[in-house]
Amino acid sequence: MDRRKLSVLLRHRGAMAGLALVVFFLLAAALIGLFSPHDPVTWRPGEQHQSASGSHWLGTDNSGRDILTRLFYGARISLLIGVACVAFSAAIGLPLGSVAGYFGGATDAAISRILDILLSFPGMLLAIAIAAPMGAGLGTVILSVGVVGIPQFARQVRASVLSLREREFVMASRALGAGHARTLFREILPNALGPVIVVATLGVGGAILTAAGLSFIGLGVEAGTAEWGAMLHDGYVDPMLRKTLALYSGLAISLAVLGFNLFGDGLRDALDPRSRP
Amino acid sequence: MTSYVVRRLLFLPVVLWAVSFIVFVLIRAVPGDPTTAIVGEKAPAAIREKVRRDRGFDRPILVQYGIYLGKLLRGDLGESYKRSNEKVSAEIARKLPHTIELTIASMAIALLGGLAFGILSAVYKGRWIDTASMTVALAGVSVPVFWLGLLLILAFGSFLPISGNISPEHDVARRTGFLLVDTALMGSGAMFRDALLHLLMPALALSTIPLAMTARITRASLLEVLESDYIRTARAKGATPAGIVLRHALRNAALPIVTLMGLEFGYLLGGAVLTETVFDWDGMGTYILTSVRETEYESIGGAVLVLAFTFVIVNLAVDILYAVIDPRVRYGSAEA
Repeated sequence: MDRRKLSVLLRHRGAMAGLALVVFFLLAAALIGLFSPHDPVTWRPGEQHQSASGSHWLGTDNSGRDILTRLFYGARISLLIGVACVAFSAAIGLPLGSVAGYFGGATDAAISRILDILLSFPGMLLAIAIAAPMGAGLGTVILSVGVVGIPQFARQVRASVLSLREREFVMASRALGAGHARTLFREILPNALGPVIVVATLGVGGAILTAAGLSFIGLGVEAGTAEWGAMLHDGYVDPMLRKTLALYSGLAISLAVLGFNLFGDGLRDALDPRSRP
Repeated sequence: MTSYVVRRLLFLPVVLWAVSFIVFVLIRAVPGDPTTAIVGEKAPAAIREKVRRDRGFDRPILVQYGIYLGKLLRGDLGESYKRSNEKVSAEIARKLPHTIELTIASMAIALLGGLAFGILSAVYKGRWIDTASMTVALAGVSVPVFWLGLLLILAFGSFLPISGNISPEHDVARRTGFLLVDTALMGSGAMFRDALLHLLMPALALSTIPLAMTARITRASLLEVLESDYIRTARAKGATPAGIVLRHALRNAALPIVTLMGLEFGYLLGGAVLTETVFDWDGMGTYILTSVRETEYESIGGAVLVLAFTFVIVNLAVDILYAVIDPRVRYGSAEA
């Protein structure tokens, strides 16, 4: 990113607000162990359903665990899931899309049709259909939500590669004797990454939302894990926790997703002057 | 344009086939003995044997796929053995209208609200009303629908029904399966009102994300159109601001909004699963969820298949509509 784009980004109020939210959750996830004296997982019989107090700022849940501590540990799991899902989508979507865009013709047609078919499932439903036979677990979430995100990456990078492949520097690379693989991955792809970063940033937010949805219906992480979607569900089914656990875990999801959305929007505005409002 | 429509229609069976193939693979990917997966551990030997023979589990996987496809073509989605021995297709036929009803209601709210906020934002660009609605719209796409449902329940739960499709004391004569239509056909104002009240909160919760998306795209699209020459001409001729927006600009700004509707419909079908869970709405979502809990794999597969088919067909309709309303669209073979 050159200096001008960076300065656009730095002056973008939305992007900076988003970045602040993301950094806040990252710090929370990294440092919670230092600040909280409570254990996020162990049951504490006899301490259930406590209301807010000096030692439990937001009270305790139905297993006697400190809600605030679990919310911050939840940031760890949810951010990890979000990033892992996006990494999975990118690891498959980027090669698929760049090969489609670079070679065109039948290769492009075949890959594009596969993407069309993935896109003919509503995302949440595809995630459920993949997760249901696998059973709950972190791997399940990452795989099922990751698959849903593949087409976004593939399509974006395909479009970028398509527009780049006729440029002079690409022809120069070919003329100098570089093979297809080198031209595509060393010359074209680095130049196509801008929009991909935007897709990835927005994708983390989307993945956190979908993963929380899966956990909410019991197809996400294992029961008891400090994950926001699962915590929202625990709070939702327990009327005594609706106004605390459920409310705050939903707020945490929303703020984290909002952070990634704001920052992603800002990045797009900075990278693509035409889309600037 | 005709050739475009024909080509899309010809491709439709391919997409539907591919969707069914993926669903088949996912259902058969269940670990362990497929017969046990379908009928459960406690099923009597006779039923196990029948299922094994019906599905050809003792035969090669390709034959099994053939059997699955054959059944599918006859509209047979299997049975929910563990729950009721009922045909999955019969169960879905009961639930689907309820989900469609919820989806349409949400779409209507999203469209009306999204257009209103989008137009206001575009007309008052840069003023507080623009900032406010766009901030809300951005927050709207970031909020999980099941949390929003909970917020609505906490806020309005004391005077609006929070679960189910209609109060249990009402015995609705089923004709179309759509409760609003059926109660209206029965001529019962009280029942219609009851059904409408039950629909209100789930539809509102589900509509938020599409509403926010519609508002954002309406604003962007309208702003672009408002800068064009013919709008300046209309203004010069003395057209009123409202007339300019509603009569001249909106019509040309409509295309991206229509495109978005197809996408939003897919979101609504997926979001309906979560929304129905929160409001205990008797539709495809709660059906999928119950089936997941009871590991009724044929029901899950059937429901996902039906919803994906619905989505594919709606998207096709939207694409064709797009080509019809925009005479500039010429879908060449290169981009189709």
